[in-house]
Amino acid sequence: MSPENAATAAKLNITAGNRSKTVEMIVTGVLIACSLVAILVTVGIVFSLLFESLRFFERVPMSEFLFGTKWSPQTALRADQVAADGAFGAVPLITGTLLISFIAMCVATPLGLFSAIYLSEYASKRTRDWVKPLLEILAGIPTVVYGFFAALVVAPMLRSTGESVGLNVSSESALAAGLIMGVMIIPLISSLSDDVINAVPQSLRDASLGLGSTDSETIRNVILPAAIPGIAGSLLLAASRAIGETMIVVMAAGLAANLTANPLEAVTTITAQIVALLTGDQEFDSAKTLSAFALGLLLFIVTLILNVISLKIVNKYREQYD
Amino acid sequence: MNNIVTEMSGAASVQNKPAVNKAPIFTAKNVDVYYGAKQALDKINLDIPRNKVTSLIGPSGCGKSTFLRCLNRMNDLVDICRVEGDIQLEGQDIYAPEVDVVALRQHVGMVFQKPNPFPKSIYDNIAYGPRIHGLTSSKSELDDIVEWSLQRAGLWKEVSDRLQEPGTGLSGGQQQRLCIARAIAVRPEVILMDEPCSALDPIATATIEELIDELREKFTIVIVTHSMQQAARVSQRTAFFHLGNLVETGATKTLFTSPEDERTQNYITGRIG
Amino acid sequence: MTSMLTTPTRLRKSREASETRFKWFGRGAIALSLAFLVFMVGSIILQGKGALTTSEIAVTVDLSADNIDPNDIEATSFDSLMKKSLRETFPEVTSRGDKRKLYGLLSVDLGFELRDQIIADPSLLGGPQKLWFTASDDADLVLSGTVDRNLDEENRRMSDLEISWLETLEQSDSTNREFNTKFFTNGDSREPELAGILSALMGSILTLSVCFFVSFPIAILAAIYLEEFAPKNRLSQFIEVNINNLAAVPSIVFGLLGLAMLLNTFGLPRSTPLVGGLVLSLMTLPTIIIAARASLRAVPPSIREAALGMGASPVQATFHHVAPLALPGILTGTIVGMAQALGETAPLLMIGMVAFIADVPSSIVEPAAALPVQIFLWADASERAFVEKTSAAIIVLLVFLVLMNLMAIYLRKKFEKRF
Ligand SMILES: Nc1ncnc2c1ncn2[C@@H]1O[C@H](COP(=O)(O)OP(=O)(O)OP(=O)(O)O)[C@@H](O)[C@H]1O
Ligand SMILES: [Mg+2]
Repeated sequence: MSPENAATAAKLNITAGNRSKTVEMIVTGVLIACSLVAILVTVGIVFSLLFESLRFFERVPMSEFLFGTKWSPQTALRADQVAADGAFGAVPLITGTLLISFIAMCVATPLGLFSAIYLSEYASKRTRDWVKPLLEILAGIPTVVYGFFAALVVAPMLRSTGESVGLNVSSESALAAGLIMGVMIIPLISSLSDDVINAVPQSLRDASLGLGSTDSETIRNVILPAAIPGIAGSLLLAASRAIGETMIVVMAAGLAANLTANPLEAVTTITAQIVALLTGDQEFDSAKTLSAFALGLLLFIVTLILNVISLKIVNKYREQYD
Repeated sequence: MNNIVTEMSGAASVQNKPAVNKAPIFTAKNVDVYYGAKQALDKINLDIPRNKVTSLIGPSGCGKSTFLRCLNRMNDLVDICRVEGDIQLEGQDIYAPEVDVVALRQHVGMVFQKPNPFPKSIYDNIAYGPRIHGLTSSKSELDDIVEWSLQRAGLWKEVSDRLQEPGTGLSGGQQQRLCIARAIAVRPEVILMDEPCSALDPIATATIEELIDELREKFTIVIVTHSMQQAARVSQRTAFFHLGNLVETGATKTLFTSPEDERTQNYITGRIG
Repeated sequence: MTSMLTTPTRLRKSREASETRFKWFGRGAIALSLAFLVFMVGSIILQGKGALTTSEIAVTVDLSADNIDPNDIEATSFDSLMKKSLRETFPEVTSRGDKRKLYGLLSVDLGFELRDQIIADPSLLGGPQKLWFTASDDADLVLSGTVDRNLDEENRRMSDLEISWLETLEQSDSTNREFNTKFFTNGDSREPELAGILSALMGSILTLSVCFFVSFPIAILAAIYLEEFAPKNRLSQFIEVNINNLAAVPSIVFGLLGLAMLLNTFGLPRSTPLVGGLVLSLMTLPTIIIAARASLRAVPPSIREAALGMGASPVQATFHHVAPLALPGILTGTIVGMAQALGETAPLLMIGMVAFIADVPSSIVEPAAALPVQIFLWADASERAFVEKTSAAIIVLLVFLVLMNLMAIYLRKKFEKRF
């Protein structure tokens, strides 16, 4: 008797397929495990930073770390030399980080935004197809290259320009690092803002143009206000990127922990100090080494907050126009 | 010709014996379907007779597709969809916990509104079902099933010399027949068709309609259609849905010539829909 | 009537002007950004060009049996023989300091180079031979014209005397410039003229391999789960938020994770491609997952329906139909992620891949450098000649990045819109 005869004569078998259930369960299990890796990594980051930071705060009070204005970590020369631990006030690093990021944002915001506006509202499709990937190249260049360029070309250039107008520009000035970092994040801002601007519904544009507004008036009065939340989100993301950027500041900004708002002076940043503390010889238990993890924790928390806020804003914005 | 295929034709003649023929293959009792809080079907009672074509008609949004997709549990894919009531295939509750949807869909195949061949060769499109269900044990058996299915779907002559070319390269009508061939290759009892001709031109439609009429010999067919002419041409029984209710069922001829319900009357004369 | 539509009023004129201005701001922003790109890449290429060629100096060496015993070549003191030959070329040099300067025209490896040439071609033995040797970095800078000879003596590293020797050599056709194969076949070295990128390149390749084999499978499977199977519950949402955030965590934080977890807790070997690759894979994971999900989402639902409607299980539908269709997109995303990983420096510094490594690593558990780290180290070095090397190493890195991105673009174009 053929299978169909059996099937129709008896009951149809709809309770068990021919495939192996165990195999499918294993596959599903593996899939779930892989996606849990993402959580595992986050947990790993939080725990390793937290754990080492707590050990640091056993030696140096948190208040000194957060509010102290002097940063000069020294390793004890002898094991019993507690006092030689140095000063761990992170304020100069925080202000240095903010100063450089601020300069970077001052460069990248106008350039990135205007590029995005031009590309999404004025440029022909052909121009877009060419210019967008070219701009993306800026994002694809490794930061160590930017750092090299900043230290080798831009800093001396600023120094000699400064000299010619009678200004004393440090060879590791915040300005050089900030300018170059700004260039690096232009494509981040332009491509995110481009998406955001493109998401503004055509009907709004038509409404404004239909009233006789020019293109630029439409952009300024209708599109930008509608896109503001999304743009804000992308700026926050760019700021978080600037704060966490490491190689440019390591190579161009140096290690002088000056508490200053003068962009022509040398400052140092959180990331540059982490690198300085953890490269070269280190004993793992010294306050100096542990302080790098406290700085890492600070960096992680700040960038996390910026990222969460910006993702929230951008998602909300997307839903609004979906 | 090969054994399996002859056996398959044999199977059909067995099925045609009046003794097996009487009982409906599907019985739906008090079926309610909800999408979230919204009720899409309300207390549907409908029997699907064996080896006949049953058409589901009604205005857009009345729940035809929803009902059709209950029959092979494609609605399971919609997270918010909830089905209540009782649907039996050959006396077995298809929503019972021990039922394996995969096995169910092997017996209740589906053809979709838009032809959706896999982006693979014509041969692989049809061989896919028999392969995953382990229906064949050798390459030559598989070849025979592919040929049989394409012949039954009236596509063999057109594609027999290019089985290795991609299925997506065929014309719309050919693609839909490929999908039908793909559905019958796993030898289901029932084939569900959701507006199978709506994306096709009149000539391709006519071909498919003929095909449906031939397939009735071996399979039970349930078809959703917006064209009353099509329902009249291909089906023996018709069910008219309206706003989530099953208004009227009956032999196609009777339903179109002397409908009992006023709503049916209005619909077939074009006053609602 | 028509005049109203055509004659510009004062207001119209100013509005038009502001329109034009606005447009030019946009053009200016793009032009400025691209000009910077050209300036930066251009100046690095110009700088790095010099490192792709190297100078050689010919010295006549007496290879007669007086100096080298043909039966026991290894017993020769090649260094002294070289120095003697140099002194014979410039007999007027007598003072000790000047002699040292004279030897400094050639690289410190001069003895080895002589030995290698003799072993490669023993028929040289027997009499005086004019042989070529690598010039030292300072001599190379003068010979290549990178350092201006007419500069004041105190502004350059080579004295007038040394330059006069080089000029004598040039006049007797004893200098030569050649493609710098050593740059591609040597490992790192303290001597710029001998330093090459092979060790760093191998380190990068090993590191990227680890990164790929860890992150690619995990990312694909995670993306498949999240896109095709995950129920819309708290857990899936939490995973999703996690992935998006991880994509924006500063890279140096991943380095700290690697230092604390992989090195100190799990005790994996420091400075190795294994650890470097693992750290980079954690970083690229979110990039690939996000790209893979987008590409799975682009597979039309009709394909899934078709498979499920035939009685394929969800696992079968995914692995037989959906995933293969999404693969080109997933690969594109993976290449982009790998390119990012290739240029990443900061996390590698954290796990100690900054050590001076001259040997070419042959396994993932040997200490190794990586290309971007090598750039960082050379950029820090004091010798003038390392500036060229750094630029050349950057060019090599950029060439790799360009190749990878071209591959990604090719894949994207080839498989674009197939359904
Ligand atoms: N996935 C879904 N989520 C929410 N509501 C749905 C979904 N699918 C269908 N509905 C709703 O269920 C009702 C019935 O839909 P169904 O698709 O069954 O109609 P139909 O009779 O097939 O219509 P048409 O002739 O246009 O195909 C409609 O009101 C529809 O809005
Ligand atoms: Mg429908």
